Amino acid sequence: MRLLNLFKIATKAIILNKTRTLLTMLGIIIGVASVITMLAIGEGSKESIRTTISAMGSNMITIKAGADTRGGVRQAASVMESLTLNDYEAIKNQSTLLSYSTPMVNGSGQVINGSNNWPSTIYGVNPDYLKIKVVDLQSGSMFTDTEVKTASKVAIIGQTVVENVFPDGKEPVGQMIRFNNIPFKVIGVLEEKGENTFGQDQDDVVIAPYTTVQKRILAIDHLNQIMASAISEEDAPNAVTEISAILRTQHKLTATEDDDFSVRSMEELISTFSSTSEMLTLLLVAVASISLLIGGIGIMNIMYVSVKERTKEIGLRMAVGAKGADILMQFLIEAILISITGGVLGVLLGLASTVFIEKFLNWPTSVALYSIIISFAVCAVTGIFFGWYPARKASALDPITALRYE
Amino acid sequence: MSKEIIKIEDLKRQFTMGTETVHALRGISFDIKEGEFVTIMGSSGSGKSTMLNILGCLDQPTSGIYEIDGVKVKDLSRNELATIRNEKIGFIFQSYNLLARTSAIENVELPLLYNSKVSTEERRERAIKALKMVGLGERMDHTPSQLSGGQQQRVAIARSLVNNPVMILADEATGNLDTRTSYEIMSLFQELNKQGITITFVTHEPDIATFSNRTIVLKDGHVIKDYQNDNIQSAANELAKLPKQDD
Repeated sequence: MRLLNLFKIATKAIILNKTRTLLTMLGIIIGVASVITMLAIGEGSKESIRTTISAMGSNMITIKAGADTRGGVRQAASVMESLTLNDYEAIKNQSTLLSYSTPMVNGSGQVINGSNNWPSTIYGVNPDYLKIKVVDLQSGSMFTDTEVKTASKVAIIGQTVVENVFPDGKEPVGQMIRFNNIPFKVIGVLEEKGENTFGQDQDDVVIAPYTTVQKRILAIDHLNQIMASAISEEDAPNAVTEISAILRTQHKLTATEDDDFSVRSMEELISTFSSTSEMLTLLLVAVASISLLIGGIGIMNIMYVSVKERTKEIGLRMAVGAKGADILMQFLIEAILISITGGVLGVLLGLASTVFIEKFLNWPTSVALYSIIISFAVCAVTGIFFGWYPARKASALDPITALRYE
Repeated sequence: MSKEIIKIEDLKRQFTMGTETVHALRGISFDIKEGEFVTIMGSSGSGKSTMLNILGCLDQPTSGIYEIDGVKVKDLSRNELATIRNEKIGFIFQSYNLLARTSAIENVELPLLYNSKVSTEERRERAIKALKMVGLGERMDHTPSQLSGGQQQRVAIARSLVNNPVMILADEATGNLDTRTSYEIMSLFQELNKQGITITFVTHEPDIATFSNRTIVLKDGHVIKDYQNDNIQSAANELAKLPKQDD
């Protein structure tokens, strides 16, 4: 009852001073709006990184040979030949959390078709590869397991390769190309995938059975990588652990020895990138918070002036029976109302500017509910925090002095 | 014998100003009974204002007894004093002290806002009744700037009545008004007094005292005179005697 009355008194005071209240709110409005917008931009870029990486196959797990020491000489991971087809078979047969897996060897060379040639990379894989990388064929078909077994000279090529070695627009499927002078029959063309987050052209590839690449191009029998995909994104971390265990047994590593291979899931990549963008978001929010703080100081300033200006009114209220607590609550409610109304308007402005940024600047944005809740809570706290001092001052006034104040 | 509203015994109030002690009240004793219309007179420096502050429970005596409606005021906390002001005293000030840009009725409602025992409906009802008592039933929605000085003081009087106080305490209530309007206001006070309302009027104007039934004169912190007025003037009659105003 009493609180309701105080609420009415505070509302009235705010309505009587519309312009001043609105100007005071402006600080809070801008503060909240910028916090929300900045967070939306941060969240948006984080999400866009996540989508890009997901498009590369978010369940994807990459197993590479790790650095090792041979006779006291440390070897670079890339020259290691410790990953073998047996490892692949072991992973394929023992792992429970993988849906697809493929051995992988790769080499670079020149793709030649008649008078056109183009430097590219050849990836030797099995038919699962397309599913792991989440790519489809634009035309033609993938090679079969039989073609892998027989080391057939068939290839799937990416769009960049198509453009460069078939510049006349001839349908590549069925044509012969040469890769490092080994003839391949083109049996499929990948659909366009564009650049990935790291600026690598995902269409500049030639895909062939790994057996073919091992025997006819690289003349090796180890693997460069094993790629797999976990059943789901959530299973990826467990799959990583599982694969590590299988490989340790496979490589007969004792408990004290380090892994001589590395297993990475995209999840790690996502978190690396996310943490970078989180850092940036934090910075943006820090800047925005400063404006919220300034808004709060604005409230304190106005409330302070308001208390001074209304000293006589406070004296009168006290004379007719207002207790110190009543005066304190009145001014506190006023400050909180200003900051919360400012908060609501700020949220609306923030949402509007987020839409604007998305539409006109084409930046990815994503408004997180938590950003609204947080900035709103900060607003209420700001109101209490910065309203407290002036309100406290008002409530401590001596009614006699206040009444005589001119 | 009517009941004592105010009981004051050997009341003293000292202020410490730096190293000096100022004795504003040096032992004052008097009672005010229900239904009295008392003027407290005195020149400036007589302790009149200090007396008013203590009577109004805005200040505490240094020593002595002050009782209002049976409640000993000394040693009450700030909050308890506020409650006494809210429930037992109606204040009227020289400069009206109305809330600007606030309608007459809302100004009158003000004391009741701080009394949680009074509901919204009752508050409105009592404010309307008080405004009608002071003859402003038609101007309830006017703001102070739309009212004349006399009307503003009537709103202030209505505000002092709204909480049904045991005593109305007026501080130079006619000080800002011209003669005609002050007579109007004094006649309103006399009417209210006839209805049984106890009024204590602090003033330095001797002619105001002639409208009351008792006068207490203060000087240098002492009561030097305290007498019943056997020749009470009627403010309404005095008003009639004034030359007619040009309309």
